[in-house]
Amino acid sequence: MRVGEIVEVLGLEVTAGAGGLGREVKSGYTGDLLSDVMAHARPGDLWITIQGHQNVVAVAVLTEVAGVVICGGVEPERDTLERADREGVPVLRTGLSAFEVAGRLYSLLKGKRDAG
Amino acid sequence: MLGRSGASRGGPGSGHEPGLTVYTADLHVHTALSPCAEPEMTPVDIVRVSIERGLDIVAVTDHNSGRNVRAVAACAEGKGVTVWPGMEVQTREEVHLVVLTEGLAELEEWERFIRAHLPSRPNRPEVFGEQSLFDEQGRVCGVEGQLLLTSVDLGVDQVLREARRRGHICYPAHIDRPAFSYVSNLGLVPPAEDFEVVELSWRARPEEVKARHPSLEGRTLIVASDAHRLAELGLARSFLVLREPSLDEFRAAIVGRDGRKVVSGF
Repeated sequence: MRVGEIVEVLGLEVTAGAGGLGREVKSGYTGDLLSDVMAHARPGDLWITIQGHQNVVAVAVLTEVAGVVICGGVEPERDTLERADREGVPVLRTGLSAFEVAGRLYSLLKGKRDAG
Repeated sequence: MLGRSGASRGGPGSGHEPGLTVYTADLHVHTALSPCAEPEMTPVDIVRVSIERGLDIVAVTDHNSGRNVRAVAACAEGKGVTVWPGMEVQTREEVHLVVLTEGLAELEEWERFIRAHLPSRPNRPEVFGEQSLFDEQGRVCGVEGQLLLTSVDLGVDQVLREARRRGHICYPAHIDRPAFSYVSNLGLVPPAEDFEVVELSWRARPEEVKARHPSLEGRTLIVASDAHRLAELGLARSFLVLREPSLDEFRAAIVGRDGRKVVSGF
């Protein structure tokens, strides 16, 4: 499933990095400790977090995640958005909690497979 | 500058220029105002133990508050220990930053700024611990009712910008730790243009940390105890080669100006 499709289904706001909306999402990772995300997120994950610091983009680039969902209505910092636009990393925003986003994303990506 | 220092001469960093003195400093010390600190962290005992352990400079850095600094400074008056006003701010990213201010008035101004960004939530002493306030005689004179052990709604970069604008010194605390540290929470070593000085905990060996994070090479490393109990006070210390124990001199030491310098040690 592509990032853009997930944006539509979950009603996420695209705050930066629209150039990357065509990326393929294979799975997800949830975490707010960037050191942990750096160690465990995999390429193609959609990263779910409440961090809005610009290092989020650096870690997203490093781990090759498909994009970042910033939850809980947190406003990403201006530096974060500028950097995300430069790097083409989709930064998506939502008022939903990380729990809600993870649950819905899981259903989208894996629900069918589990049901089958 | 608060109090007068009895400055130990010689020791690490000796061979320095005339007029400069080596000050033994522990720049990260909590009082019983921090809920996670032991009740024994009273101004009188902090000063007494600092003297016993040969400290010349102690920075008082409670979580998101500076309300006990005046009491510690008053108790240190005439005892040969200089108290630097400070605070350990917890940012939105749960990163701990040490902020040191020139004097008490500046700290009180800073406190108002931080307080305006602290979520209003009462402390629950049975869960977090008591937050005791002391008067200038070192007696308990009240408790802080608002929970201090939480994040302000400001990011690291905002706190740094505001501290700099006000002329304070601001640097990330215990970056070697797995919690509440810039490196663990934000994934990378902070850029040198933001922080020319970083703090390491007593658990770290400066040379090992530099080997692990080459971008720290050339930066000033402060080793401090982060004492929450008397036994930890002065457990890690830095040696500051200064003309006098003032923040201006510390600024010069951070960048190595005119022979001023910081020697991290234990």
